[in-house]
Amino acid sequence: MNVLVCLKQVPGTTQVQIDSETNTLVREGIKNIVNPFDTYALEEGVRLKEQYGGKVTAISMGPPQAEEVLREAISTGADEAVLLSDSAFSGADTLATAYTLAQAINKTGEYDLIICGRQTIDGDTAQVGPELAEMLDIPVVTYVSRIEEIDNGQMRLQRMVEDGYETIETPLPALITVVKEINTPRLPSLRGLTKAKSAVIPVWDAAEIGADLNMVGRNGSATWVTRIFFPQRARQGEILEGSPEEQVETLINRLRDGQLI
Amino acid sequence: MTIQIDSDICTGCGNCLASCPFGLIDIIDDKAHIDEGCTLCGACQEACEYDAITIEAVTETVAVDDSHRGIWVFAETKGDRLKPVSTELVSKGRELADTLGTELCAVCFGHSLNETEQLFAHGADKIYLIDDPVLANHQEDIYTRQLARLIEQHRPEIVLAGATALGRSFIPRVAAILKTGLTADCTGLEIDTERRLLLQTRPAFGGNVMATIICQARRPQMATVRPRVFKKNTPDQSRKGEIISVDFNKESITSRTKILDFVEDLTEKVNIEDADIIVSGGRGLDKPENFKLIEELAAVMGAAVGSSRPPVDDGWIPYSHQVGQTGKTVCPRLYIACGISGSVQHLAGMQTSDTIVAINNDPNAPIFEVATYGIVGDLFEVVPLMIKKLKG
Ligand SMILES: Cc1cc2nc3c(=O)[nH]c(=O)nc-3n(C[C@H](O)[C@H](O)[C@H](O)COP(=O)(O)OP(=O)(O)OC[C@H]3O[C@@H](n4cnc5c(N)ncnc54)[C@H](O)[C@@H]3O)c2cc1C
Ligand SMILES: Nc1ncnc2c1ncn2[C@@H]1O[C@H](COP(=O)(O)O)[C@@H](O)[C@H]1O
Repeated sequence: MNVLVCLKQVPGTTQVQIDSETNTLVREGIKNIVNPFDTYALEEGVRLKEQYGGKVTAISMGPPQAEEVLREAISTGADEAVLLSDSAFSGADTLATAYTLAQAINKTGEYDLIICGRQTIDGDTAQVGPELAEMLDIPVVTYVSRIEEIDNGQMRLQRMVEDGYETIETPLPALITVVKEINTPRLPSLRGLTKAKSAVIPVWDAAEIGADLNMVGRNGSATWVTRIFFPQRARQGEILEGSPEEQVETLINRLRDGQLI
Repeated sequence: MTIQIDSDICTGCGNCLASCPFGLIDIIDDKAHIDEGCTLCGACQEACEYDAITIEAVTETVAVDDSHRGIWVFAETKGDRLKPVSTELVSKGRELADTLGTELCAVCFGHSLNETEQLFAHGADKIYLIDDPVLANHQEDIYTRQLARLIEQHRPEIVLAGATALGRSFIPRVAAILKTGLTADCTGLEIDTERRLLLQTRPAFGGNVMATIICQARRPQMATVRPRVFKKNTPDQSRKGEIISVDFNKESITSRTKILDFVEDLTEKVNIEDADIIVSGGRGLDKPENFKLIEELAAVMGAAVGSSRPPVDDGWIPYSHQVGQTGKTVCPRLYIACGISGSVQHLAGMQTSDTIVAINNDPNAPIFEVATYGIVGDLFEVVPLMIKKLKG
């Protein structure tokens, strides 16, 4: 069972703050982390390897410092890792990201399963997984919450949809995206940490993966951001005055008058 | 792909500083500098009055194909019925089609479908319909191939779909086949009539900013929208349209994945999406056990319980209660936010609610900007008073 896991480095969001003077995001002191959903993808890959043998390769596209997430992946069970990094890759939308990952995956050769997170917490699109599968022309199952069985080149999965669970069967190779209900990621082991420290992580650029420069990064992106703005909402509502008792009294009267309660 | 600041032109005025959503620009020796991490979003370029900032001209390989016309809505079905998001999108699509002076078509796949005439009542001019037992449940492989094929044949300029489990899974695949752009979870859609561009707005960059995204050179322009983001228009039951039965060649498309079973989850039926009143709690509750207070208020009001993301992340309440960009979008008659600051991501999930009440001890909390009634105060004082008064 050869498993590829796609991981992205994202800014840890809990600390995101707005500087009220300059009205910009305060980036200082924000740690970069592995996209939380991708840690479940990795854990599932490692569990499959432990059960069925084979190996787990972690792949990430990002700036040079994204190497950190790959070392982290090795410390929690990945056997190998590849970083896709090139200034030509920057500004990629999901289409260009999926293309870049597909090129690299074609170069890594044989695989049985590709696992992605359900979505990233910065891009937040949940598009890269399905787009990547389509580019590789393999089946895809999203929102996987349990892998039930792998037998004879077929995999049976449980998948979460809005109103329940589907049981799906798919031939391998396939791509799945996983939700956090699927497992509890392990912490790095001492052995893993040592291995991560000394691991050599190859960095592949556009030439290395044979990428068409018109299909990667901003050049290859179909969508562009044209405007960024801080929503300016004029405060239109009513701030209720008085003591807490009076405020509550007024509120309930207003809601009753409006036949809301 | 690089961004450059022409130091001969740059005056060091600093106008670009505030435009960068990441705060990556510094003025060093009276010239602007951009730090590592730039996403080439172009916000600074727009802010610069001197045109000192350039993002290397993009050589698009695909010339804008201007022959695409019409707006399409993928109308999702469940059993023999339409999902509510389908009529919401048709309502929005009607507005956009009128602005562009073009036709609005719905695409509908399923079996023994009822209610398709509702798509006409809300504004569709045509429906491309495949009614076949094979499509009785959501066969994503088939949906993907068939929708891509139809788009290639009829060449609409815009395609909209619901950001549901189905839409989010198969629409990206359609976009990948067509090699075109797709914007997820839009909260605003407008038209630039001059360039016939769809202006797609969504919360972005993990902060309190909104981004407007365009798909400049490729067609169709594709976007997903969550249920309840757009309101339905008033249906006109006398409105008629044309149903085009699509030739469905079952043999030519087979599904690799098979749906073996479906189990409806009855435990998650607290469904906040259907609730008339929602009482939500946020990080201001401070401790998991304080959610009881929210539950108690909800109980006396006959309301459902919602949450912002931090309580969900911290395991105080299950994910099914989360309201917002990565949770559910809700549109109740009454939404009461307790100890919630009102981040862009939270607002994206609830700001179309009819009446919004905010209880927060910070008078500057952004939630007050959308609140119909605001109480600046301590929720631990205000909420018990409300409970007492309502119990009467
Ligand atoms: C990609 C992405 C997606 C996201 N998706 C979502 C989403 O779907 N939903 C969501 O909610 N968030 C989402 N977030 C997180 C979002 O950015 C905010 O961090 C979050 O909404 C903040 O939650 P909060 O308002 O409960 O907490 P805070 O922002 O910490 O606000 C707590 C508020 O409580 C008030 N307060 C404290 N004590 C009291 C008291 N005793 N009485 C009254 N008021 C009090 C404070 O004044 C403050 O305004 C997302 C973030 C990212 C990056
Ligand atoms: N730059 C990247 N490198 C590796 N994997 C990625 C990258 N971007 C997205 N992915 C994968 O695609 C999933 C969905 O991402 P998104 O479409 O951005 O929400 C993530 O959870 C990752 O598994």
